[in-house]
This record gives sequence, C-alpha cells and structure tokens, in this order.
Amino acid sequence: MKHTISLLVENEFGVLSRIAGLFSGRGFNIESLCVAESLDPTISTMTIVTTGNDAILEQILKQLNKLINVIKVVDFKDIEYVSREMVLVKVNAEEKTRAEILRIVEIFRGKIVDVSSKTYTVMITGDEDKLSAFINLIRPLGIKELVRTGPIAMARGERMLKIKETENKGGEEDG
Amino acid sequence: MKRTGSQIFVESLKAEGVDTIFCYPGGATLNITDALTDISNIRQIVVRHEQGAVHAADGYARALGRPGVALVTSGPGATNTVTGIATACMDSIPIVVFSCQVNTMLIGNDAFQEADIVGITRPCTKHSYLVRDVKDLARIIKEAFHIASSGRPGPVLVDIPKDVSSAVCDFKYPEKVHIRSYQPTYVGHQGQIKKAMRLILHSKRPVLYTGGGVVLSNASQELTRFAEALSIPVTNTLMGLGGIPGNHPLFLGMLGMHGTYAANMAITESDLIIAMGARFDDRATGKTDEFAPHAKIIHVDIDPTSISKNIKVDIPIVGDTRNVLTQMLKIIDEDKETYRQHHKNVAEWTGKITRWKKDYPLTYQKNKELKPQYVIERVFGLTKGKAIITTEVGQNQMWTAQFFKFLKPRTCLTSGGLGTMGYGFPAAIGAQAAFPKSLVIDIAGDGSIQMNIQELATAVQYNLPVKVIILNNGFLGMVRQWQELFYEKRYTWTHLHSPDFVKVAEAYGAVGLRIEKESEVDKILKEAFRNNRPTFVDVHVSPKECVYPMVPAGASLKEMLLV
Repeated sequence: MKHTISLLVENEFGVLSRIAGLFSGRGFNIESLCVAESLDPTISTMTIVTTGNDAILEQILKQLNKLINVIKVVDFKDIEYVSREMVLVKVNAEEKTRAEILRIVEIFRGKIVDVSSKTYTVMITGDEDKLSAFINLIRPLGIKELVRTGPIAMARGERMLKIKETENKGGEEDG
Repeated sequence: MKRTGSQIFVESLKAEGVDTIFCYPGGATLNITDALTDISNIRQIVVRHEQGAVHAADGYARALGRPGVALVTSGPGATNTVTGIATACMDSIPIVVFSCQVNTMLIGNDAFQEADIVGITRPCTKHSYLVRDVKDLARIIKEAFHIASSGRPGPVLVDIPKDVSSAVCDFKYPEKVHIRSYQPTYVGHQGQIKKAMRLILHSKRPVLYTGGGVVLSNASQELTRFAEALSIPVTNTLMGLGGIPGNHPLFLGMLGMHGTYAANMAITESDLIIAMGARFDDRATGKTDEFAPHAKIIHVDIDPTSISKNIKVDIPIVGDTRNVLTQMLKIIDEDKETYRQHHKNVAEWTGKITRWKKDYPLTYQKNKELKPQYVIERVFGLTKGKAIITTEVGQNQMWTAQFFKFLKPRTCLTSGGLGTMGYGFPAAIGAQAAFPKSLVIDIAGDGSIQMNIQELATAVQYNLPVKVIILNNGFLGMVRQWQELFYEKRYTWTHLHSPDFVKVAEAYGAVGLRIEKESEVDKILKEAFRNNRPTFVDVHVSPKECVYPMVPAGASLKEMLLV
C-alpha cells in the first residue's frame, strides 16, 4: 500500500544521505522523494512516498524519528491532505497533431512552456491520477521525454507541520 | 580565550571527564597527538591496530558505564574502526570515535589516506559529524558525548580534518546541549504502566525476559526487587547476563538458541512475557511465529523502533528500563497486599519451572577428556564470580554464558549483536584500563584470539595484566558444530593450524601457560590469576565438543537438541 510521509529535517549536508541510506539499508521502498528548504531556512521539508504494510510503515516512521537530524515525521494515513505533483512532457508536435495536443493541454489546464519546430514541452500540475490520465491521452501522439517531480503534500485546513520547541518525538501514547 | 583546534579537543575531553583514550597515530592526527604531549590526566593507550582501539573503548564503556574514546588517523586508520563501531552499535554501547581527516580543501579529491569515513560508517553509528569549521568543534564534541550516552546509547563518530585541528578560534566549552530533534523518552507512560500492572496481576504463567537495556540503564537492583516482589522467573538474553545474579533462585538462565531448557520452555508455555530492554533478536526468539504462542507481551524499551519490530507487542512502554521499573515498584509498594497475593497465582508455575531446572540442568558428558565447560566452571569456582569476563565469539562465548554464573552487571562483556570474533581480547584491555585492580579474563578460542592477537603488545607495554584463556580445540568450533549437525560432518575450512600460544606469549614478553589435563586446571589457573602480568593460558580441550542445548536455526524454542 502507498503512503505519503512528510518530514521536517535539519537543513544540513548529509541529511538526505542518512534518510536515503535508512531506506536502502532496511529494505524499505522509496517511490518518490521531494526535498527543499522550508519557510525556516534552517529546516528542510521532505515528502516521501513509500509502499508497505502497516507494520513496515510503523517501522519506517519510527526509524525516521530515530535519526538525530529528523525533527518531525508526519504520516498522512489518517489525515486529510492535498497532494500535488508536476510533470514536464516533451511531445512530438507535427502539423497534424498540434491542434490535438493543444486541446488536451487546455482540458488539463496545462501550459506549453517550450516550443520547437518538432516538439512541444508541456507542464501539467495536479494529483497523481490527473497526471496519469494526461500521460495516457498524450502517449499515442508520441512522448519523447517525460520528467515527474513526485508529489508534495500538505494537510488540509488549519493543521500544520511545525515544531514545538519541546517536541517529544519518541513516546508511545496510546494508553 | 584563543585556542587551536587541537587544544580545544584536549580541553573538551577533559571537560567531559575523559581519563583514558585508545589511539593510534598517523599523519592526520599529528596536531592532536602533539597537543596531548604531557597531558598526564588523560591516559593514552596506543594499540597495535585501530580495530583494537575501538573494542578497547567499547570494553572500557561496558565495564565502567561511561563513554569510551578512540582516536585514529584518516584513511585506513579510520576504515579499520568500522568493525569496532558496528559491534558497539549493535550492542548499544556508548563510545565516541574521533577520526582525523585530510585537509578540508582536499576532501573529495582522493587525497593520500583519504576515506569518506562519515559515509562509510553512517549505517553503523548512532550519529556522526564532519567538523568543517573549528568554531563548531567544542559544540560537536559536547553533542557527541551527549548523543553517545543518552537515550539508547551508541557509537558516535567525529571526523576532524587536519586544518581544523590547527585552526584557531575562541574557546568556551558549552555547558548544555540542546538538540531540538533529539529528546529521548525516559519516563514511562503512566497509563500504559498501570495497564501492564493489571495484566501482570491477572497472569498465571509470567516470565521476565530481560536484555542489555537492564545493564545499560543500571537497573539490575530494581529488576531483582521487581522479580522478587511478584515472584516472576527471569530469563536473560546474552546481553542481559548479570542483570539479575546468576545464582538467584528466580533466574532461569539464558534463553534462545543455546539457552536453558527451563528458559525456553518457560517462554513457550508462558501466558505473559514482560520484556525489558530486550529486542527480540532472532537468536533469542527462534522461529518468531511460534515464540511464546500463548502469551500477551509487555515491552519496555527506550527505543521505540525495537517495539513491535520482530514480535507484535500488546502493551508498549517507551522509557528507560530503570525508570519504568521504579514506577512499577512504586505501584507495588502502594498496594503490597494485592501483589503478595499474586505469589499464590503463580505458585503452580514456579513449581513447574523449578522441576524443569532440576530435571534438565545445563550439563555435559563427563569423561576422561578435558572439557571446555569444566574449565569455565573452574574459572567461576576459583574467582567466585569476582572477575570481569570478556568473550570472543562462538563456542567459547556460549559456554561462558552457560557455565559462568554472572553475579553482577557489567561483568559480562561480549559481542552479542554483531558477533565479532576478535572482540574479547581488546575489550578486556579496555576493561582492565577502567579497573586496573580487577581480575579481567578473556575466554577465547584458538580461532578468535588470532583475530586481534597483536594487542598482546599493548597489554605488555601498558602492563594491563589481562588473562586470556584459550579454549584450544583446533577448530573453529561453532561452525564445525553446525557442519557436524547439519552438513554431514564435512569440516571444510574449519580445521585450524595455530601457533604455540605459550611461545607467542613469551615472545611478546607476556606469560604463557599450558593446560593439557583436567588435573592441571586449578593449579595453572591459580597461577595465571595470581601473577600480575598479561597471561595466555593455552588449554587443550576436547576437540569435538558441541554446545547444547541447541535450537536449530529457524526452529521454535521448544525444539531443543539436548546433550
């Protein structure tokens, strides 16, 4: 089963390799990983999409928490959240297909961000299903190259991923 | 006050109360080595191989309960520490390893004696640092000691480039550590603890299954009191030995692959397992599907990742073992009568266990041959348990766990998780450095001792009078045992030619003694324990003795092969 996890980590060198090393060393999967500086420049936000059953997910969350540089871990399993991803697609743009491509891009509210005599480069944002639907439609027209960012995620409503100064990330409190 | 990086290093170690370091010099250490000239309140023990330095720091830490320190040079000096670091990591031992590194400008250039030791050790350290600016050095050292010794302890590596050790900056050792992303949970959740106590009161066949966490958190008195207050039998993992006195009536012996019949049967028939500072390692549980099939499980551990990792737990309690035991004892003290009543509930169970202990004790076939088990029994008999024992790995380790009754915590130093041959001898040197007046004995095999035999020169040079008892059977005995039992006696690779250990000892300037007959055991061991010099005792034991009981790999605990 797929899970989306968000992390706040110290924005220091070597942190990414600790996290990547944890996944590879313990045989966990990474489907995608996005990382960039957060609002606080000392902290980076990571969004990881992983797969595994509940026991594996529990271990992933605990092992991530155990890393010294990881400040907070949130699993979106039981949280309402929005998730968006971006894809760039370089597609064959011949005379007879150009109109078709433009129509599909418009339906998906995408943008043509680069044009050459033989290609269009299209940018689409959305959730995973939308991106997949777009790719399936455009595929018969001839995709030359495709790059996806992997999703980033955020909880809906007032809920926020932030740290308290006395953050206690170890306790089991289902008592 | 302006200081060089090397001076900051020395002052920081002093501020941490470090009195001993195990070290080996090289080009990259020279600034620090020089700064340690004439620093008499930090004893500097120069080993013969960097692996030995880390095991010695580990042995020092296990025996004393304070972080051990090793200091090595860049490149091969650093890579030689990896086995030692991984050993400490698996057993949660607080050590700080300082590796020196090539100049900052050269990092990444494949410079002479450059190795990415932070990268290489990342999966086997609790945490690691590359110091890129001398201004960070004092803070990083403070954090390294804090991280190594708090929460679930473990090794921390600090990599110091040579130009950082010569750079100058203001120095003030930080008084406090604040790491926003690291706050271990020490106190157990009161609600969970109450739930656990209710479950204990309703149990009829409870067993305490305790591990290295009890030793690490210095909880052995609390554990013993707790077991006595509720009349609950206790089994230890290898790492937990000494957590309750080995001669205590409630003690069942070790569980697992080479555990006692009573311990393994008690787990199998139990209705409540109370796990304390243990992590359900495969050598302890056997086949996990059939581990304690009738039992609910309470698990106390400071490391949340250990809980429900291998075995699903019913009541998890995250916290320091000693704190949680203290919290539990308080609940018992508030309602003594109820808990005393519990003794009646478990009387039938403890009776059954006593019969198992009596009917199936640890034993071996006594004949004319000199048996390794007998040698260990005599080591225990002659020392009355008053010794720090280290072991190597293999049969020597299992027989020691079975036949030496560890009476106190921090007297059994052994590589439990990683199973590192070559651990015991340097660890004994480390323990002896921590306790110069104690009797420190390494129980070794003829295979293991040759993995770090060079440290005999260290022991002689610093007059660390450790005793090495080599159970010499001419084989890599544990692997040979598996070949005998599961590979139709094809003893491929396991027959060993060894040097004359008596002459080796003498060549190093140590004492070499030999035992060939049972009748010589007491006399020669006494001689070894009496002299005040490093000593090898080469004991020619019966070559094909096996360790029993044995649970074959992948079998359940009740499927034991007995003697």
